[in-house]
Amino acid sequence: MDYLMMDYLAEVTMSILQKQKSRDPQRGYATDFVTQMERILPTVVERGIKVSANAGGVNPRACALAVAEVARKLGLAGKLTIGVVTGDDLLGRLDGLVARGHDLNNLDTGRPLHDVRDRVLSANAYLGAAPVVEALARGAQVVITGRVTDTGLTLGPLMHAFGWAPDAWDLIAAGTVAGHIIECGAQCSGGNCLRDWKTIPDMANVGYPIVEARADGTFDLVKHPKTGGRIDVASVTEQLVYEMGDPRAYLTPDGVADFTTIHLRQVSKDRVRVSGVRGKPATDKLKVSVAYFYGYKAVGTLVYAWPEALEKAKAADRILRQRLKDLRLKFEAIHTEFVGADATHGPLALQDVDVAAIPEVQLRVGVRARDEAPVDRFTREIAPLILNGPPSVTGFAGGRPKPEEIVAYWPALIDKRMVQPAVELIQA
Amino acid sequence: MKTRRSDGQKTNAAVGRSRTVRLVDIAHARSGDKGDTANIGLIALTPNYYPILVKQVTAARVARHFKGMITGPVERFELPNLHALNFLLHGALDGGGTISLKTDAQGKVFSTALLRMEIEVGK
Repeated sequence: MDYLMMDYLAEVTMSILQKQKSRDPQRGYATDFVTQMERILPTVVERGIKVSANAGGVNPRACALAVAEVARKLGLAGKLTIGVVTGDDLLGRLDGLVARGHDLNNLDTGRPLHDVRDRVLSANAYLGAAPVVEALARGAQVVITGRVTDTGLTLGPLMHAFGWAPDAWDLIAAGTVAGHIIECGAQCSGGNCLRDWKTIPDMANVGYPIVEARADGTFDLVKHPKTGGRIDVASVTEQLVYEMGDPRAYLTPDGVADFTTIHLRQVSKDRVRVSGVRGKPATDKLKVSVAYFYGYKAVGTLVYAWPEALEKAKAADRILRQRLKDLRLKFEAIHTEFVGADATHGPLALQDVDVAAIPEVQLRVGVRARDEAPVDRFTREIAPLILNGPPSVTGFAGGRPKPEEIVAYWPALIDKRMVQPAVELIQA
Repeated sequence: MKTRRSDGQKTNAAVGRSRTVRLVDIAHARSGDKGDTANIGLIALTPNYYPILVKQVTAARVARHFKGMITGPVERFELPNLHALNFLLHGALDGGGTISLKTDAQGKVFSTALLRMEIEVGK
């Protein structure tokens, strides 16, 4: 094992970390990464394994200092160089950028950022592999970044190891595809795999994917022997198509990968070879993810039992909606699902079903509003249904649901030249 | 006229040369989200089924299949190299991500909802 890649940042994570940092300037990173490093650092240092992780969140430097402290505690002082990648955080620069004509309009709706400017919680550009490559080239063994793309964390080590040029577009695309395949961990090695799922062995000990890469851009996907899961063309294909978008143009800061050129071949048991990947030049934009406060939501549930479970749940929903109407509560949305009947597949689910025979149904009603008051009032309307509504109802042991703050996402683009990644080295 | 056989498959008596199966019998799938858009990858179980998917599982057919569940258009992309089709279902997730009130806010099980679709295959 030469490199270990770890992806920590879902979109929602950045705003949570930003909140932590605003309360305590020493926080704002994934603390479980530090715990993990405490466990594996002795092996990492002994074997010279390099690590790339975007665990730095909105405070990569604090994360690196915490890892350095752990290293010293483990007696590794002087033996570990940590690279810190920053430059993705645009929160403090937003107004300046907008003033200079970088309007950060919403990619999906076209609306100007002005709409939500006073509610923005975090704003980060997605950096690519370049600063990871720079950190490795300058001798970092552990590279801790902020919002670097999942694929960049895999592509960076490959560019560094093989000396791939940033404009070797086919190689950049190949490394990007490798990153896309392993970025969800075992979801390419048997996890969440629909095909023949019942015969995938030993999932309690599922093997995480390993990329055995070659300088020509071909690579094999394998996993450790004596681990569970499965690596075959089916499991890898399912991960390739996962959240893929337009397969001819898988966009990253590093280049554009064409997924219609990927060739997969089962070489041996739990070994799939990937070849043929072609790429195109990167665009001159970076994606920006802005998190902003949106409003409130709450979800209430009750369970209805046979006979006529679905009918009872539907009657309860009608009563609840009448109550909300009579109370003159204003919601942006009221959403009802009948779990056990149509929650996952909607009307498609009930086409061949004897509805009266459904043994039990969970009524699940959600509401959303910009203000907290109507959402809070809604949460008090669930319990009364037990005594005041249809019969054979249970499942309220959890108590009144709680209104929850919604942090929403504002995807945008920015000119690449406006974002300068920075690399700093810290010695343990 | 379609009649249900004991093995769960249907025969198309009017045509006689084909039988009706569900997509789940000839394909597998995985889905997820991009904002308010559900992304469904549909993969033929064997390469010979891929042309059937290309011909019958059109963007228009998928839009009809999910009528009432999505508010926007359906886009389709072909990946002959993987014997797969990729679909983008816009307006599928009640605003998507953290805004959505749906159980399946990330579109994870739109995959098997698509696999319910009925398809004609040669006998």
